[in-house]
Amino acid sequence: MNLAVHYTLVGVGLFSLGLYALIVHTHLLRKILAINVMGSGVFMMLVALAKRNGEAPPDPVPHALVITGIVVAVSATALGLSLMLKLNKETGSAELPEDQQE
Amino acid sequence: MEVNWGVVLILLPLIGGIACFLYPRLVKILGVLTSFALVLSVAGLGWQIKINDIYRHSVGGWDAPLGIELYADGLSLLMLSATALVGLGISVYSVGYFDREDSSRFWPLWLFLIAALNALFLSADIFNLYVNLELMGLTAVTLAALTGSRDALSGSMRYLLATLLGSLVYLLGVALLYHGFGSMDIGILSVRVESSPVAWVALGLISTGLLLKTALFPLHFWLPAAHANAPAPVSALLSALVVKASFYILFRLWLKIFSPISEGVEMIFGLLGSMAILWGSLQALRQTRLKLLVAYSTVAQIGYLFLSFPLAISGVATAWSATAYLILSHALAKAAMFLAVGNILCFGVHDRIAGLDRVVQRLPLTASAFALAGISIMGLPPSGGFIGKWLLLEAALTKGRWDLVVVIILGGLMAAGYVFKVLGNAFTPSSEPHKSRPVPACMEWASLLLALGAILLGFFVSPVSSLLDMGSPFDISGVRP
Repeated sequence: MNLAVHYTLVGVGLFSLGLYALIVHTHLLRKILAINVMGSGVFMMLVALAKRNGEAPPDPVPHALVITGIVVAVSATALGLSLMLKLNKETGSAELPEDQQE
Repeated sequence: MEVNWGVVLILLPLIGGIACFLYPRLVKILGVLTSFALVLSVAGLGWQIKINDIYRHSVGGWDAPLGIELYADGLSLLMLSATALVGLGISVYSVGYFDREDSSRFWPLWLFLIAALNALFLSADIFNLYVNLELMGLTAVTLAALTGSRDALSGSMRYLLATLLGSLVYLLGVALLYHGFGSMDIGILSVRVESSPVAWVALGLISTGLLLKTALFPLHFWLPAAHANAPAPVSALLSALVVKASFYILFRLWLKIFSPISEGVEMIFGLLGSMAILWGSLQALRQTRLKLLVAYSTVAQIGYLFLSFPLAISGVATAWSATAYLILSHALAKAAMFLAVGNILCFGVHDRIAGLDRVVQRLPLTASAFALAGISIMGLPPSGGFIGKWLLLEAALTKGRWDLVVVIILGGLMAAGYVFKVLGNAFTPSSEPHKSRPVPACMEWASLLLALGAILLGFFVSPVSSLLDMGSPFDISGVRP
């Protein structure tokens, strides 16, 4: 198994782990972290898949995409965290209302 | 000198939004002026497309495989016009709706959202679509949280998680498409993509992500809370424009890339669409709060957009035109409806349907706006909604899909049920009378004019269809056997 396939599989693994955590955890901080883990999985796949064939230099386009993706992920995380803090201030809890009832 | 209207459409709201940050005292003037200018720019772009058939622009002079291309045909133009017209209505309404403090928060975000929408409709590149999708999602979530109430905050938090999940799944599909076929450009992909496991997985991921963002049943769980707890202009723009944007991406990618390799996915879309119509209408009938009723009606109307996928026959554009018609008429009618509900809320402080106290006599313009928008949502003639549903029925009959015929008609009847439930209560005095506060005239007129637009659409079938034909977006010429 070559290195690119290895990293791609790890990326898929991270994505699935993140998805699982997003669904099962109720604390919003964990949900936001889970989204970030999923994002890292996708970025890792993009970077790994850029290496198409053995010796040739990797394709630079996906790397540029990952940088754009990171910018998006940072702003999304910032928005998520500030929403969570506001919600916490308003309700005294960092979980969504319907998750608390369960 | 030839003005590059596509670039103007993206830069103008961005500059307007930044100006609103810098000069918070002038936000209302800046915002409304920008919205006016956007309508003119769309008209300018429309004129260019009419002459040249297609609008194309390579950003920074870099061509497609390496750079990012802007592209517009009839379908993009339809979406841009819907954004500009509904946007103008919402802008005029917002002048009266927000007080000074809320205005300084609303306007910059609203103009950024318009910039994201315009850029999205002009993109010809699947990664650029992702970036605009995220820009749109983040501004929309922030707008939905604007009131800062408990319900609004939890609604928009759930909306944020759903929208981020949707875009990541979409991005994963984009990564696979790029890996498999070596391009991000829709035009290049439409030639290269062929039936293969990579393409199928990409189709599955991209569709799932976008269905979540479009809130198709059963992925609609985030929509009612987010749309119903936002301020009225924000509910209107979320229901009218934002859900349509993610649908547009799916629609565009389907037409250009995925339809030849779909392998029956269109049947799933049709099934989910039918279930959305029935479930959404049923929930709308059960609601006791007006805003939730309108939000569930959105869930139902989104279902109609997906019915055209199983009904499309190659070479015949009826089903696709039906979808385009429904997008435009639903955008106008639903915006009008949410704005009318906003007037009722502003007038009587609450939105319990049973407590609507003689709204028809006391707010005649608003009640007419709600009724006219209701006509288009039900699909009664003459209205844009009627034309859309009629074309859909025609396509269903041609294809002999009687199950879908039944769903379309049943959906219309149930829509009539919930619209008349509201109007019935609005005519009669209520046991718990409204306190009344004055409603600014611009708010009443904005909702009425948008509703009139939805009705007038029913009279201008040929101009709209000739607009749609420009650049022949529905011509799936890249189809291979």
